[in-house]
Amino acid sequence: MNVVYEKTRGLTDVPLSYCPGCTHGVIHKIVGEVLVELGILEKTIAIAPVGCSVLAYEYFNCDGIQASHGRAPAVATGVKRAMPDKIVFTYQGDGDLAAIGMSEIVHAAHRGENITVIFVNNAIYGMTGGQMAPTTLNNMKTTTTPKGRTTVVGMPLKVSEMLSQIPSVTYIERVSSHDVANVKKAKISIKKAFTYQMEGKGFSMIEILSSCNIGYNLSPVESLGFIKNAMIPYYPLGVYKDVPND
Amino acid sequence: MKVLMKGNEAICQGAINAGCKAFFGYPITPQSEIPEYMAKKMETVSGTFIQAESELAAIHMVYGAAATGIRAMTSSSSPGIALKQEGISYLAGADLPCVVVNVSRAGPGLGGILPSQADYFQATRGGGNGDYYLPVYAPSTANEAYELTVKAFDVADMYRTPVMILADGILGQMMEPVEINENEIESKIIEKNWAANGEMDKRPRNVVSSIDLVASGLEEKNLKRFEIYEKIKQNETMVDNGVKNGDTIAIVAYGTPSRIVLNAIDLLKEQGIKAALIRPITLWPYPYEVFANLPDSIDNILVCELSMGQMIEDVKLGVMGKYPVHFFGRCGGVIFTPEEIVEKVIEIESKKSKS
Ligand SMILES: Cc1ncc(C[n+]2csc(CCOP(=O)(O)OP(=O)(O)O)c2C)c(N)n1
Repeated sequence: MNVVYEKTRGLTDVPLSYCPGCTHGVIHKIVGEVLVELGILEKTIAIAPVGCSVLAYEYFNCDGIQASHGRAPAVATGVKRAMPDKIVFTYQGDGDLAAIGMSEIVHAAHRGENITVIFVNNAIYGMTGGQMAPTTLNNMKTTTTPKGRTTVVGMPLKVSEMLSQIPSVTYIERVSSHDVANVKKAKISIKKAFTYQMEGKGFSMIEILSSCNIGYNLSPVESLGFIKNAMIPYYPLGVYKDVPND
Repeated sequence: MKVLMKGNEAICQGAINAGCKAFFGYPITPQSEIPEYMAKKMETVSGTFIQAESELAAIHMVYGAAATGIRAMTSSSSPGIALKQEGISYLAGADLPCVVVNVSRAGPGLGGILPSQADYFQATRGGGNGDYYLPVYAPSTANEAYELTVKAFDVADMYRTPVMILADGILGQMMEPVEINENEIESKIIEKNWAANGEMDKRPRNVVSSIDLVASGLEEKNLKRFEIYEKIKQNETMVDNGVKNGDTIAIVAYGTPSRIVLNAIDLLKEQGIKAALIRPITLWPYPYEVFANLPDSIDNILVCELSMGQMIEDVKLGVMGKYPVHFFGRCGGVIFTPEEIVEKVIEIESKKSKS
């Protein structure tokens, strides 16, 4: 019999806890595939955040550490400094990375830590029931912006643009998860980021635009459309910094 | 070899000689000598030093380093230790060994930079969220700070728990001779087969986490941890009990202020009052038993602290109403003098003769 498709060894057999329609699953899959394809799975340590992906360390088939809300980049720093020959990545949502953990991500980037950050931006706090994130789009309704986000709370934060200004940063790219073509592109970027880490090139972050159909109160398909039609215009895809390729 | 060093430096040297390979800190008076010393020394032992962006980041770097199985330490002073509580709770919840040093200063809030013992509650009552304790050592000399720091790393590894060194600004800044064994690992390094260190080619997957969303599962983990706490109580409680038959008042004090109490006891002796010092060395577990076995000659207990009275609650728990428990303290960074303690003891003794 010909095997045409196989679940990646990069993920465990633990059933994912994500809602149907959520894009965390496909992002897990491509990260797991990359770890296997690069032959680094056995020497990788995944740092899970607080958020919907709090149990990510159960899903990635490598060593895992659960970090407190926002502190994954500090935890990753401790791990990488202790084990410089191992591969270390954080997997963080936009509340985790861009609100409570802004200081830790900025300073890990600022030190040029040789780690990879998978930043899943779904423009909302999924885990706690759809509250506003710093990345929530203008006019977007959330449970804490019931009439839609206004500029009273500031304009949505553009994290990739911001971190790419930091001198020690090596590689930053924003990709999307809304269709197959973009997921494939995202995988190539993730692979590049891990390759840079293997080569000791320093800090990289891949921001992946993601969706939360439950939080948006939309169908899964409509949510993917929301990424394409609402998020991408405000959060343009592309490479924001790529020092080795400059 | 005897070396003259500050208490802060003795703590560092103890850590290095215990095989500490990672230090993460943030400047704050009166402990800045610790990160400064570690910045110089860590690279000489192939260790890592980072001046973190905050105490919060520093403790989570410790969490990461400790999760890989290496010996890691952070230090700070009171307001910074308050910030570290999130991480300390996570370390306790994930059963990670590490050493946290608090060279405490006066509070609350930003308070002052002078010595204080007002972090006793924070150190011994959990400090962060959840059901947990951590062993807390209170050295009173630079030499003891060195020895207890070495011990702290062993105890942390043995029981898989964060351990705190609770020092104060006097100890941190004071120069004293310290007997050190340079270039020698003095402690027991044990295998950590639980570490998440990316060695899956040699063993099954390891995870480090404090989360358990199933109530019965989390309860079970807490119960197991409290069984370990019982072992720590049995094996690790330390107290220096100077009370002899014939002494009439026991003075309880810890850390460097206990040395001021010793001066007071000498002065009292000249006046014919027989006082003796009880000095808890571990603040958790607390040596409650010492109060159960005092000689019949004791009729009063005095607690002296550089705070408004925090350890006194543990003394009362140990005394269980058997003796009157008195208090004398100064706070805000003011340090009591032997004469003030003498005066307090005479006041207590004179009331006794009247009744
Ligand atoms: C210190 C602390 N504050 C708040 C929370 C509650 N909390 C859990 S998940 C979360 C939001 C996470 O949102 P995000 O990072 O966007 O990830 P998502 O759930 O959308 O994947 C919050 C606020 C917590 N666990 N700890």
